[in-house]
Amino acid sequence: MLSWINLVSAWSIPIIIAFIPLYAYTRKVPVYESFVDGAKDGFSTAIGIIPHLVGMMVAISVFRSSGALEFFVGWTGSFLQTLGVPSEILPLGILRPLTGTGSLAYTTELIRAYGPDSMIGRMASTIQGSTDTTLYVLTVYFGAVGIRNGRYALKVGLFSDLVGFIAAIAVCLLVFG
Amino acid sequence: MINLIWMGMILVGFCFAAFNGNIDSVTKAAFDGAQTGVTVSFGLISILVFWLGMMRLAEDAGLLAKVAKLLGPVVRFLFPDVPKNHPAMGYILSNMSANLFGLGNAATPMGIKAMQELQKLNPDKHTASPAMCTLLALNTASITIIPTTLIAIRLNYESANPSEIVGTTLLATAIATAAAIIADRWYRKQTIRRQIRSDIRTDLNPDVKG
Repeated sequence: MLSWINLVSAWSIPIIIAFIPLYAYTRKVPVYESFVDGAKDGFSTAIGIIPHLVGMMVAISVFRSSGALEFFVGWTGSFLQTLGVPSEILPLGILRPLTGTGSLAYTTELIRAYGPDSMIGRMASTIQGSTDTTLYVLTVYFGAVGIRNGRYALKVGLFSDLVGFIAAIAVCLLVFG
Repeated sequence: MINLIWMGMILVGFCFAAFNGNIDSVTKAAFDGAQTGVTVSFGLISILVFWLGMMRLAEDAGLLAKVAKLLGPVVRFLFPDVPKNHPAMGYILSNMSANLFGLGNAATPMGIKAMQELQKLNPDKHTASPAMCTLLALNTASITIIPTTLIAIRLNYESANPSEIVGTTLLATAIATAAAIIADRWYRKQTIRRQIRSDIRTDLNPDVKG
């Protein structure tokens, strides 16, 4: 199983990179010119994201370094312990939608401290792997096209994070419990 | 909501720093955060330039249209207001498949390209269209078959079975994605209903329009 997964992840990008130009060439597309033409937009798109990402990163950074994030993380840790869920897992629910690097660091720390095959290690892996950083995705995707009013998108994202978090814990308890 | 969360994080951070007596951390954190924002954006340049070039190639070759046709029914269900043969469909599909296979750095450029195509259909350029909200919901929930990063970390810490979390992750991510789609549908319907109601109101009182 593992060797199969490694094989897929090692080969998928190289195959895509080789297949697209080959296919385009057989369709008489001027491959290099077409590539350069499309690639042109990449720079301005990335630059356009800067104001959005700077704004969001400043807020998260202030929230994090002031000790506020740590406080809320500690507070949730002692909150739902009674349900048989290890209290070390709960902070991940707050970290995950806010910061991708922060939650990955916390997950890695849990895996290191408790072992990858412990219940905590498995839950943390499942939570970290099952969803993306909502705030980052929202900022980058809407920032790239200059959307300022995201309507209900953030609510939907945070709601699905919460559902995914609970689902990950429940599934792990069922499968490994 | 985003306005409140953004301001909230800054103000709560300010209060905590003031209360804990480390107010100078706020200044440093603000400028560090700004720097991170720029660094991450610059990191996106190479990925975006490369993948947008590749995707243009796929589009010119008719590959995107082909993929869109193949999986059309699923996308048409999720994005009912995008015209059938619009290029956005192909990009949405490439974005979804890149997410599925855990190709994170390919998924983002394709998602951004899909957003740009959806923006062309959007009547109000500063407000997200329902289709954009759906695309975002799919990406924040980000259904993944193979969580490659985590398998690598678990392998690193000598797990007896690093890939045993593939099944649990798949189930959790499927539930989260289903929740995202349902919530998105619900809000979308509410928005439409509200719009109809306000249209009726302006129809009944023509002088409101001025």
